Amino acid sequence: MDMNSFSPMMPTSPLSMINQIKFEDEPDLKDLFITVDEPESHVTTIETFITYRIITKTSRGEFDSSEFEVRRRYQDFLWLKGKLEEAHPTLIIPPLPEKFMVKGMVERFNDDFIETRRKALHKFLNRIADHPTLTFNEDFKIFLTAQAWELSSHKKQGPGLLSRMGQTVRAVASSMRGVKNRPEEFMEMNNFIELFSQKINLIDKISQRIYKEEREYFDEMKEYGPIHILWSASEEDLVDILKDVASCIDRCCKATEKRMSGLAEALLPVVHEYVLYSEMLMGVMKRRDQIQAELDSKVEALTYKKADADLLPEEIGKLEDKVECANNALKADWERWKQNMQNDIKLAFTDMAEENIHYYEQVYSGGKQGSFPRKVCWKRERVPATLCRGGKKHCLLPATACLPHL
Amino acid sequence: MEQASPDPERQLQPGLLEPLGRSDAGLGVAVDEEAEGAREEGSGGDTMTHNNFWLKKIEISVSEAEKRTGRNAMNMQETYTAYLIETRSVEHTDGQSVLTDSLWRRYSEFELLRNYLLVYYPHIVVPPLPEKRAEFVWHKLSADNMDPDFVERRRIGLENFLLRIASHPILCRDKIFYLFLTQEGNWKESVNETGFQLKADSRLKALNATFRVKNPDKRFTDLKHYSDELQSVISHLLRVRARVADRLYGVYKVHGNYGRVFSEWSAIEKEMGDGLQSAGHHMDVYASSIDDILEDEEHYADQLKEYLFYAEALRAVCRKHELMQYDLEIAAQDLASKKQQCEELATGTVRTFSLKGMTTKLFGQETPEQREARIKVLEEQINEGEQQLKSKNLEGREFKFGPMLRNVLARCNPVKRISLQSKCPKTEAQVNKRI
Repeated sequence: MDMNSFSPMMPTSPLSMINQIKFEDEPDLKDLFITVDEPESHVTTIETFITYRIITKTSRGEFDSSEFEVRRRYQDFLWLKGKLEEAHPTLIIPPLPEKFMVKGMVERFNDDFIETRRKALHKFLNRIADHPTLTFNEDFKIFLTAQAWELSSHKKQGPGLLSRMGQTVRAVASSMRGVKNRPEEFMEMNNFIELFSQKINLIDKISQRIYKEEREYFDEMKEYGPIHILWSASEEDLVDILKDVASCIDRCCKATEKRMSGLAEALLPVVHEYVLYSEMLMGVMKRRDQIQAELDSKVEALTYKKADADLLPEEIGKLEDKVECANNALKADWERWKQNMQNDIKLAFTDMAEENIHYYEQVYSGGKQGSFPRKVCWKRERVPATLCRGGKKHCLLPATACLPHL
Repeated sequence: MEQASPDPERQLQPGLLEPLGRSDAGLGVAVDEEAEGAREEGSGGDTMTHNNFWLKKIEISVSEAEKRTGRNAMNMQETYTAYLIETRSVEHTDGQSVLTDSLWRRYSEFELLRNYLLVYYPHIVVPPLPEKRAEFVWHKLSADNMDPDFVERRRIGLENFLLRIASHPILCRDKIFYLFLTQEGNWKESVNETGFQLKADSRLKALNATFRVKNPDKRFTDLKHYSDELQSVISHLLRVRARVADRLYGVYKVHGNYGRVFSEWSAIEKEMGDGLQSAGHHMDVYASSIDDILEDEEHYADQLKEYLFYAEALRAVCRKHELMQYDLEIAAQDLASKKQQCEELATGTVRTFSLKGMTTKLFGQETPEQREARIKVLEEQINEGEQQLKSKNLEGREFKFGPMLRNVLARCNPVKRISLQSKCPKTEAQVNKRI
């Protein structure tokens, strides 16, 4: 895979970073590079938790230095996300990995779980860094650079818990009104989000299921090869052929294993991230609706001459600005998000297609003397160029492969 | 081979009382060569050479299968499948084939034929039938006996069965086999008239023999072990294959779920729409492709099953040999004790404690005439015993599985998606012909 901001590999100097190939929409040169690595377990009397090391390298003036190294735990990430949502209610904030997995997780600190989470957190921070607005957020900067004690004291500032709760109650009440007066383009947006959310959730489930089935297939295959070796012990004439068959099955197994890991790396995390994104989007729509609802309630009050009529026009003016800002922010961010989504999905699928191609190539690569079966026919189903990057034709799957007839 | 003229009547006698075969070496080689020769004739037909039952060459094929309904033994309606057997004779001169016989048989009649052959040719490894019920199934659906794919595979198995019998130098001359191919009605009665059911050995007797045999023939013990090993390894292989097939099926079918989701998603996307739509279509195609792949694999499994059942047949021959060996030992023992009795009577000495000794002491010695008479009877019995002993010296036959199995594996291993190159050029020629 090409080096981009989502690769866990870290470039060594700001200058070398400038020459990287990017798939992001940023036309400007990147000047902020973040990695998340080295999970460490911390044990205190009350609890056990994991911290991750975050290294930031930047050439921006507003940062005091060009390199920073801090340790953060999941709670800190949650805090950051909350602050970003507060500051930019109608921007599409990248999703965080879930708090904990419900299924199949005995221990919270299972190695696979930690690694998956680490990768997702890495993506989270990099997406913020690539966002034209969010990247300059003050809380973001503090998150990346402050020492532990600095961060906790900063966290304590800001609206208290009770006032935040009050906001939530009002929000629920007013969101219904916001839905009624939603402009046309946002209705469309909402429809898209609903359908997309449904589909991406299904794809997530299907992909997980495929992984599970492949694993079980792999487990059975592992037993298949050795039987042939066992058999060859009692048949002198057939030893060579049986050993051949066993080694071919073995190769099949290895190829399957590789395909599985490809699936786990290329497709599953991307699909899952967009599942979380779709939840985010619904939240964003709600917030937009709330802002609109605020305006609408004041306008209503003015129309029916309730409460203090003198102050209202000024308030309404402010709210109208607020609504307009919110709508514009969302619209712009929406386009950007959609573009990213398409790129990410295409990339994930084409990577998957490549994995599958490698798989079939491995499995079909000759038996004895490298000979290819005489009458093998492949039916490569071609995926139209729209789903492929860079104009190169990739197959989604080399679908049916007829059996070699000797 | 050894018989002067093929006498149809003689074929109906149980083979046990005739001395068959001399030195095993000569017999073994002859059998292999003929068997090899027969196999080389190619697909679809087998010829009989040397002392043919018929003077012409014939071709046998099981060409069709048909569902039928009828009344069974308990006068209830039942559905069964009947198979069309066609026999063609090939003219020597121009090689044209003419249809000489065609009749319909069902699976139970094939079974009857095989059971008959098992009883009348205990020293021959009788070719196996395709399985009665589908075993080692990887999917619940394929356990149905009426399933067209199953019927088709069974048809092929039945054809192989007949071809293998026809290419066996001894079995091919059996009259009941000939009638099976030519006489539609009353065949069952002909078989039952041979009275073969009465001659079948009991399992208990066979089991008894296995434990009591004192001098088991090493060749047969080795053969027994080989067939046990083969059976166990092939059944293990078939079981695992079925599980692997099941899993593979799962992987393909789950991919099919993508199909609908993709096409529904494509409805809301502008640029990606077409791509998603066709991707969905391809997923559907992919998911449905597994059915054909696994059906092809069943043919491979069938070949392994054939050798699984062959191993069983081999085991049956060993079992019969053990039984004979046991009978032989008992007869020899009997003979030895009678000889001893004779000697005792002749010399008038009683060496060991016996009832005779006791009665002599109690009731006085018997008259010389009585003694003479007894000696004569014993001598007659001894003669008979010696005759029997000779006849019980049966030679077993060794079957060389190796070349046959390689043929199977080289021909058909698509599930592994590899190409196997047979080292033996003759087998490769056979392979090519078989396709």
